[in-house]
Amino acid sequence: MTGAAGIGPAGGHFTVPVLQLGDVLLVTLQGELHDGMAEQLQQDITDRISHTRVTGVVIDISGVEIVDSFLGRVLAEIAAGAGLLAARTVLAGMRPAVAITLVELGLTLPGLRTALDVERAMELLGAASRPGEGSP
Amino acid sequence: MQVSVSVSVSVSEENAEQEPAAQQVSAFLERRREQIAQRWADAALFRTVFTVSRDEAVEAGRAVAAALAAVAASGRLDDIRASGFEAVRDQLGRMAASRARTGIDPDGVAREVAALREPAAELLRAEFEDPNGPEALECVVALTVLMGTLRLVVMETAVSASEELIARQREQLHEVATPVIKLWESTVAVPLIGTLDSARSQVVMESLLDAIVAERARYAILDITGVPTVDSLVAQHLMKTVAAARLMGAECIVSGIRPAIAQTIVHLGIDLGTVLTRGSLADALAYALSRQGVGIGPVAPAGTAPAADAGVR
Repeated sequence: MTGAAGIGPAGGHFTVPVLQLGDVLLVTLQGELHDGMAEQLQQDITDRISHTRVTGVVIDISGVEIVDSFLGRVLAEIAAGAGLLAARTVLAGMRPAVAITLVELGLTLPGLRTALDVERAMELLGAASRPGEGSP
Repeated sequence: MQVSVSVSVSVSEENAEQEPAAQQVSAFLERRREQIAQRWADAALFRTVFTVSRDEAVEAGRAVAAALAAVAASGRLDDIRASGFEAVRDQLGRMAASRARTGIDPDGVAREVAALREPAAELLRAEFEDPNGPEALECVVALTVLMGTLRLVVMETAVSASEELIARQREQLHEVATPVIKLWESTVAVPLIGTLDSARSQVVMESLLDAIVAERARYAILDITGVPTVDSLVAQHLMKTVAAARLMGAECIVSGIRPAIAQTIVHLGIDLGTVLTRGSLADALAYALSRQGVGIGPVAPAGTAPAADAGVR
């Protein structure tokens, strides 16, 4: 799945791989995200959520060095879209430098849950979906 | 000499009439360098800096005289950026610093440098048949300007040296004042002490985020017991730090808000509603522990049943 040539409007670009682990979708962003890729990714995620019994989405951005307002908006839109389909989104693996830049830009991504890394994100989703233990 | 004349002409048209005087002073300084150095070695500045050996003082005096001669030759008598000074800047800085260390104030150093003028001027006057003639006076004026510039150079060197020192110490203060402490598994704390300005809050943020990664922390406590005042700017810095920690997946708790500071925050209308706050560091730690399912209570006396379910969930 990784590195497959773009099929959508992205043309020659690579698509972002969306892996399914149990009832969680794992999206690993790396490098830069172009407009076409972002659109394709949002579509992929919502399609996968509606066609499978996925209850959570983990977006791993540990490989992303620069998060700008565009990516911030895309992430918020993914979370909002997933939320409409009753799946919770967790942003995982943000680097300290990226966090500082975002805060300085005033982008605190208020609607997104965050976790230190993918493992913690899975833990968060797992703990919250277990019956009898409400989310924080 | 021919060369330096042509250079100085191109440097400044204004100093055209001063030029012969500047050249004469330069030639005089070159010629009498040894005598001037000997006299300066007895002056307060050199005598107190080079206490060990007089030869050293003479050597330093020679270097300064040579530098002055070079500056005079270039005709830029009142230019503290004149290239001639570069050679002695280091030495003058050391001398000024060593004087400052002995407790003398900048004023005193300036006076001591000023005192170097008279011995040289005396020698210069003696060069002329008529010590009060116009030519002699012109040369003395040129020398006075030159010595004034030297004084400025010394002071400027001393000031920039102490500025460097201040900058270095400020940096050290930043490093020292922001330790990140691991209080428990997945719990780190930063006890903030002193005024929180932008530069410091930047350092705090960076070290806290690095610690969150290193300790895999879920909870980060910002303790502001040691922060004397909280204004809207400090509150903004705190909120930024909290937001950045949240982006890293850690929950941030601000603790140590004294009653007076709580009042100030309310009166200023600062909304800390998005920030989790606790009265003391202990309360914040108790909160972090209870959220992790860790309970702390009195140890059951020996012989009784062990305190069940008190440990990690």
